Amino acid sequence: MPSAEDAALARIVRREAGLIVAQLQRRLGNFDIAEEAVQEAIIVALRTWRRDGVPANPGGWLSLTARRRAIDLLRKRAREVSLADEWDADLANGAGATQRTGDERLPMLFGCCHPALSVEARLALTLRAVVGMTTPQIASAFLVPEATMAQRLVRAKRKITSAGIPFAMPDADDLAPRLDDVLTVIYLSYNAGYLEPSASGRELSEDAIWLAELVARALPDQPEAWGLLALLTFLSSRTQSRFDDQGRLVLLEDQDRGRWDGVAISRADGYLATAAALRRPGRFQLQAAIAGCHATATSWAETDWLQILTLYDLLLRHDASPVIRLNHAIALSHLRGPAVALAEIDQLADRLNGYHLLHATRAQLLTELGDHEGARAANERALSLTSNPAEQQLLRSRLEMPEQ
Amino acid sequence: MKYVLMYTNRPDLDAAVPEERQAEVYQAIFGWFEKHGAVMVDGGAELQGPETATSVKSGTNGGAPVVVDGPFSEAKENVGGFSIIDVPNLDAAIAIVKEWPSLGLPGVAVEIRPIVDHSGDM
Repeated sequence: MPSAEDAALARIVRREAGLIVAQLQRRLGNFDIAEEAVQEAIIVALRTWRRDGVPANPGGWLSLTARRRAIDLLRKRAREVSLADEWDADLANGAGATQRTGDERLPMLFGCCHPALSVEARLALTLRAVVGMTTPQIASAFLVPEATMAQRLVRAKRKITSAGIPFAMPDADDLAPRLDDVLTVIYLSYNAGYLEPSASGRELSEDAIWLAELVARALPDQPEAWGLLALLTFLSSRTQSRFDDQGRLVLLEDQDRGRWDGVAISRADGYLATAAALRRPGRFQLQAAIAGCHATATSWAETDWLQILTLYDLLLRHDASPVIRLNHAIALSHLRGPAVALAEIDQLADRLNGYHLLHATRAQLLTELGDHEGARAANERALSLTSNPAEQQLLRSRLEMPEQ
Repeated sequence: MKYVLMYTNRPDLDAAVPEERQAEVYQAIFGWFEKHGAVMVDGGAELQGPETATSVKSGTNGGAPVVVDGPFSEAKENVGGFSIIDVPNLDAAIAIVKEWPSLGLPGVAVEIRPIVDHSGDM
């Protein structure tokens, strides 16, 4: 069971690792070696620092260790011997210490999130190379066996080389859609940690927020980057109230708003204002605004559903995906009642048949309409479709409730 | 890096496109090849329609190859032509391919596939 010190160590490592991968990748022109070298350095760091304490300059320590590992890896691949020797000489002279700037991670992040890679590959690469998570940690976050995740990473790195995916910032014309891909990966990472009441779940979400902030500050004229940061910060303001003492999920309507983090909410408001000032709305800004509506409502009863519905209407123009339409229907139910909402949801039945929240939502609405048989069936279907223990727990307790 | 571009289309959807529009796109394609002439290692070829194709397929149980009527795949998508380009990286290839005039029509896809580099082979 990892200790609090371990967690602190791991966090320090993660904050430094991405920069070193980016620098090595640039220097070597080889992402695979750069990334492997840093992974190995991370493992050595965690072991050594646990024993000897964190060095005064953890970034420098990691950088040096990673460079040594990179030289070893280069030697192992026969063709790279001369480059390895050149590097060895540099290292002996104390040369090769590169200037550190915040931007260097960005080209690598955009490369890891390239549309030519599958979404799963983008997630795995970003969490490994940019965030510095280990393969077992990533595997556990996405509930796949370690060997599967390792294979996924190998295949992804192979595609980068064989297809010539560059680690470079996209052209101005392509920046908006490519940034959307990056922000999506960060959002998915946040989500993976969101429903885990464990420490590792919280860490993953924190890492996602850290990455979102890195991107926003590196691209301050990109409103969607600020929008994502605002969204994640609003969501994180509710971390203390999302689970009860037994680790059970608490729905938004039942959460103790007194436990919401007011400082985080103010910060999120600030990020959203920064985004809005740039006058280019987008889906992450709109989702943030919706989260903001909930964050500023003093109680569930005070929630401004009309404002939320209006925002969902706007959001649908940017993102007409079925999940957004589902959320739109939920907002609608608060204004126009369950029957109207159910009609809208039933149009999504085909596309969202495998999505547990569709059925859970139908169950809520059917209960309100007095169809307890239908609600039971829908809750059972929802239960069968989710593997998240906290959600399963919630659905089971609904099934066990006596019908009014 | 060398990539093959495979220009594909959906003949069943092409049928709905008015002749004038098709002619317009065809003209634009000439312009596209001119514009990107510098990266064309081989302009490749425009293929005659799928109805002109013949395929030779592996025989069953390792038996003799079989000659059949039609393209190699039963899929709706048809390969209409190919070219070979040489560009620094995938983003450069994508930027060029995004301008392919047929992409304005429904059901069109251009695949970008890197070529195996045999230069290191003995």
